[in-house]
Amino acid sequence: MTDEKERTRAAVDEIFGRYRHSHDPLHSALIPLLQEVQDELGFLPEAALERVSRLLNLSTSHVYGVVTFYHQFRLRPKGKHLITVCRGTACHVKGASKVNDVLEEELGITPVVDTSEDGLFTVQQVRCVGACSLAPVIKIDEEFYGNMDPVKMRNILAVYRKKEEKK
Amino acid sequence: MSLVDRCCGKCIHSLETPCPDFITCRTEGPLCHDDKECHEKILGLKDKILYGEDGLRVSVGTSTCGLAAGAQAVYGALRAELARVAPAAKLVRTGCMGSCYAEVMIELERKGSPEAIYSKVTPGKVGEVLRSYLDYDVSGAYALRSRNGTMKGEEEVPLLDELPFFKYQERSVIENCGRIDPKSIEEYIIHGGYSALSKALKNMTPEEVIEEVSDAGLRGRGGAGFPTGLKWRFTRQSKGDVKYMICNADEGDPGAFMNRLTAEGDPHKVLEGLIIAAYATGAFEGYVFVRAEKPLMAEHLALAIEEAKKYGLLGENILGSGFNLEVRTVLSAGAFVCGEETAMIAAIEGSRAMPRPRPPFPSTQGLWGKPTTINNVETLAHVPAIISKGAEEYSKIGTEKSKGTKVYCLAGKVERTGAAEVPIGMPLRRLIFDIGGGVQGGKLFKAVQIGGPSGGCLPESQLDLPIDYETLQEAGAIMGSGGMIIVDEDTCIVDLARYFLNFTTAESCGKCTPCRIGLKAMLEIMERITFGESKPDDLEKLRRLSSSVADASLCALGRTAPNPVLSTLRYFRDEYDAHIMENTCPSRVCRHFLKGYKVEIEQCKGCMLCVSECPVDAISMIERQEEKDGEPVKKALIDPSICIKCGNCYNKCPFGAIKEVW
Repeated sequence: MTDEKERTRAAVDEIFGRYRHSHDPLHSALIPLLQEVQDELGFLPEAALERVSRLLNLSTSHVYGVVTFYHQFRLRPKGKHLITVCRGTACHVKGASKVNDVLEEELGITPVVDTSEDGLFTVQQVRCVGACSLAPVIKIDEEFYGNMDPVKMRNILAVYRKKEEKK
Repeated sequence: MSLVDRCCGKCIHSLETPCPDFITCRTEGPLCHDDKECHEKILGLKDKILYGEDGLRVSVGTSTCGLAAGAQAVYGALRAELARVAPAAKLVRTGCMGSCYAEVMIELERKGSPEAIYSKVTPGKVGEVLRSYLDYDVSGAYALRSRNGTMKGEEEVPLLDELPFFKYQERSVIENCGRIDPKSIEEYIIHGGYSALSKALKNMTPEEVIEEVSDAGLRGRGGAGFPTGLKWRFTRQSKGDVKYMICNADEGDPGAFMNRLTAEGDPHKVLEGLIIAAYATGAFEGYVFVRAEKPLMAEHLALAIEEAKKYGLLGENILGSGFNLEVRTVLSAGAFVCGEETAMIAAIEGSRAMPRPRPPFPSTQGLWGKPTTINNVETLAHVPAIISKGAEEYSKIGTEKSKGTKVYCLAGKVERTGAAEVPIGMPLRRLIFDIGGGVQGGKLFKAVQIGGPSGGCLPESQLDLPIDYETLQEAGAIMGSGGMIIVDEDTCIVDLARYFLNFTTAESCGKCTPCRIGLKAMLEIMERITFGESKPDDLEKLRRLSSSVADASLCALGRTAPNPVLSTLRYFRDEYDAHIMENTCPSRVCRHFLKGYKVEIEQCKGCMLCVSECPVDAISMIERQEEKDGEPVKKALIDPSICIKCGNCYNKCPFGAIKEVW
């Protein structure tokens, strides 16, 4: 087994330790467990899904089914900064797609590639972050940016890139 | 000392010996013994909690909308400024008052002076605002909560209740939002919190609580409007020792944020409602199912649960009533279909959120097969007021069939975006034009989409409808969660309907065929129409598919998903026709109908930027028959036979000389 897999397994086992004593049926721990593993690793690698299925006595296909059903889970590694683009109705009618076009153009994002080549940014689309009054809204990591437009989007990306260069 | 601590040795309250009068005792007491000194101590403590040692309270709205507008920086600037001028003042992070359009908002309140609210505050303005308020000057404030003639400029500043956004509101569910510190159970208690729970546990049997809620006419605020009292009674009457109470805080409707606003700004009100509901239905275990996409709401609800435990308002023998309740939060991983009760139960059980046929209803077989009640955030937040005021008082507002108030979210192209709580039955026009201030930028109102992806799109002609469950349904929309998206002449209705279908198609759980395949087929037709590739019988097919999907789907997601299409076909048929027959998009949104670009000769400066930006060399510089400084003037010209309509030139032209041709 490779080191990478070993580390993933150890991380899953440690998190699982906290669920063992719950009095709810074991398989109900699946979603919270996956959430914590993803928090820890940034995404859910194959080895993590296998380990989770073993620990909870569920088939890997069931685990994979759950992971791909919900928006929150990701199966690919995440870039350094996570850009969340809100695609709610208010954002839609106020031009979220134009903001998204900028990201596609500047970062080379496509429906299948969600991380820029330099690994700096990952873009995810969400249904609604509930800040509709400031639509269109994006979030970079934990920071919100309201009333976005293409020019503002380009400027914000430039600021982040500059910060990285300095480092 | 905190409110939970005993005032002196004579107080009988402790977590081991809970007391039914605990809440009143701590706010107006002491009740367990007569002692003037203790009473003074409690009053002083309340003041200290609200105003700090300096008698000054400074609040910053830092809910998600505030943060998106830059509240974090304002908070930092205020903290730095206060450290200099009033270090013992109370600085609090509150929720949102609903007037999101005016964020970042701060409120200054010195004991004895009118509270002044300032809007659109930036870090740079903080110092000045604070100095002038401390100097007894409120000119420049956005609104005052009251006047007492002690401050300069009081008469020039409107009262909060006089502002058009607040004037027509009846605030109950969101009354504390933006007023109290959502992370402080003490502030909630000082504002009358948990007195309804005390009353219910001390003076009412579970049946009486259900009776009261039934009499009040409370209906579910999450969608279908099912009578809450009836729902509770079903669970109460179900056989079994183990019952569950679930709060649905998985607000998934894009464009609705009243649950986020309520639970972020006043989480204890929701929790109090949940505890009362659990008592009424006979549940000993409760869950708060909250969306991970809204982390602040999850954090505040989880903290509220922890705090309530410390105060003996959760756990064993709550307030000495013998009633036990454990509550915990479950983080939803995000799926719109969780709005369907049986799907949410599947999610909590650890599976894909797929609904199952009903009956059996959750009230007889829910979580882990046990009787379960599910109410959403807003529904539960109505409960404390019903118990405190009584059903009669509560049901005085509203319409014949729908009582009380409803929080609506105004978003989209509306002047004043935010959330407003108004009596059910208020006409749409009042809500959108008087409260919301009409359409942004003086544009023409086109439609309002009510109820999200399950709702419908209503035109100008329907604006005098009183908003309640029945009238909206007749008009082709639904109350849903109460999200309203206002769109103007620049929004393409066909594209909007396509957007919603795209949403519901992606969110369909895939269990039943009508929803899984039917919606996909409908989406394909909508895409054809917006791409200019429609076929003659497309509208007919769309109608047929709509009725099949609505009739045959397993759950409400599928049954209501055709609503946006049906309502737009009903009211905006001409826009569909323009796309299909005239091959154009009147609102200039559907890009496939864009014919190309042209250069406005007058505005072109001949800088040649567009020439270098064009990826297919469709732009050349043409000499004009005029001269400038002895040189012939050259202007850009686009060759439509080569142009691929990428829009590069249009976006990059610094003079706006390139125009779209539709």
